[in-house]
Amino acid sequence: MSKAIVDTASIPGWGVDADPDNDPTYPMRHIENQQSRGLTWDRPAQQRPDVEILQSIEHNRLPAVIGTSTPPAGLSGAIRRSAFRRSESDWWHWLLLMGADRLNVVEGVVQDLARGKVPNVPAELGWRSELRHNPAGMAKKAGVVVALGAALFAWSRQGRSGRAKPHAREGAGEHRDHGDVTFPRY
Amino acid sequence: MLAMNYRGPYRVRVEEKPMPVILHPEDAIVRVTRSCICGSDLHLYHGMVPDTRVGMTFGHEFCGVVEQVGPEVRNLKVGDHVLVPFNIACGKCHFCQQGLFGNCHEANAQATAVGGIYGYSHTAGGYDGGQAQYVRVPYADVGPTVIPDWMDPDDAVLLTDVVPTGYQAAEMGGIKRGDTVVVFGAGPVGLMAAKSAWLFGAGRVIVIDSQDYRLEFARVFAHAEVYNLREIDDMAVFLKKQTDSLGADVCIDAVGGDAVGNGLQWLLGTKLKLEAGNAIALHWAINSVKKGGIVSIVGVYGPTGNIIPIGNVVNKGITIRANQASVKRLLPRLIEHIRLGHINPKAMITHRVPLEDVADAYHIFSSKLDGCIKPVLIPNAA
Repeated sequence: MSKAIVDTASIPGWGVDADPDNDPTYPMRHIENQQSRGLTWDRPAQQRPDVEILQSIEHNRLPAVIGTSTPPAGLSGAIRRSAFRRSESDWWHWLLLMGADRLNVVEGVVQDLARGKVPNVPAELGWRSELRHNPAGMAKKAGVVVALGAALFAWSRQGRSGRAKPHAREGAGEHRDHGDVTFPRY
Repeated sequence: MLAMNYRGPYRVRVEEKPMPVILHPEDAIVRVTRSCICGSDLHLYHGMVPDTRVGMTFGHEFCGVVEQVGPEVRNLKVGDHVLVPFNIACGKCHFCQQGLFGNCHEANAQATAVGGIYGYSHTAGGYDGGQAQYVRVPYADVGPTVIPDWMDPDDAVLLTDVVPTGYQAAEMGGIKRGDTVVVFGAGPVGLMAAKSAWLFGAGRVIVIDSQDYRLEFARVFAHAEVYNLREIDDMAVFLKKQTDSLGADVCIDAVGGDAVGNGLQWLLGTKLKLEAGNAIALHWAINSVKKGGIVSIVGVYGPTGNIIPIGNVVNKGITIRANQASVKRLLPRLIEHIRLGHINPKAMITHRVPLEDVADAYHIFSSKLDGCIKPVLIPNAA
């Protein structure tokens, strides 16, 4: 912690932008200079979309330029289209988009595999840098994963052997024991 | 060309993509020479921004050489080395005419609440970004600015976002001479906000963060008093004790939705995504500023909702000012500050990484490894 009070005279440029008129309404200062308000400006030329563009229903027209990266596709695209039937003010608009994003990750893996590419997930996660700069943390994370995996494996084994016991006794021709009730062998 | 390719939360790689082409008469194609990873890119990287599609290329902080211009571009020519503001702005609409270049109405089909931003999800327009060898730059006569001969390109690339965002955070604080300013977050934007607070005449600048190495950098780079939030029991009480019990004149949230420091906010915002990110820094800002004070927000949050003490905003008479930085409006002043030696943005660059190693760069920055403050990607073609 540092409590040293700074001598402002030692700071390059101290106070050169101090402006007593810098009040919170500054974005509106120039509005009076505008000849008219509303959607009246001299618009740039309209870009013609060559891919599907999802448009907010709060826009009354397509903006003059548009981004054409990664148009909607697949099931995630269908969800996105559905989301864009709702306004930006509707929580579901955003929740649907978040859901589509998660589904899109799975679609991305499928697309990779479909074109014969197995994604190098450790490399994509940047594990090389983790190993280089935080080997102890990497070992800790690996330890946690191994421990969780071992616990899961042990639990699954225990569950399987627990379920197998009655069958083993049945096979041996013994009575099936269901708690307090004993069924005779037919 | 090679370009960063988003594959899902925490997963990115470099891949071949088609070269960008002119799609509008006011477009340019720029060969990228430097491209930063921004703290706000981490919100995308962490899967927090809705409509972030697999296959997109991030990157809204870049500079480069003009390779091609559309038929209506008048101010740029092939070969110009330009810095490209992160806002895509037409310069003509109702908002651009007010100097609100971060709120242009002619650049984002997908949303009205956000302007167009390079490589920042479809919520910000669906444009591929500059973490690539080449990038399409719309409205090339409006945003891109030729880098002065005397300027280091490392300074220039930081003028595309970090420097103006930090500066505007201080500007929106309405700082008066002698004011006490608290900046939450010692990332590059927080550092520039702290540095800029002095330019507006602050008498005292306090920076709060969870990382000691960043706080040490803030102490030297921004002449700030620094405190680690992990050593503080109650932020509002602590800051009131630091400010004669009244609270700070101005609080700046330079963190946004990736904050740490509160379990409930972490669970709801960071993990379950039921909030638009972890809003604890904003919560602290509201509760630590004095009555009648100003809270300035430049930290990035998602478009849904957050749990913040809005009743305290009313009852304390707090003014909240917030926006995406209006880079074009601020550039002339900031270029002058660099020329006069008032600010030295390139000192924040700690890592230079080839574009091919983009996954490592993201991981280092996200996990705050190796003393990382600001990573810059260097594309192959540079």
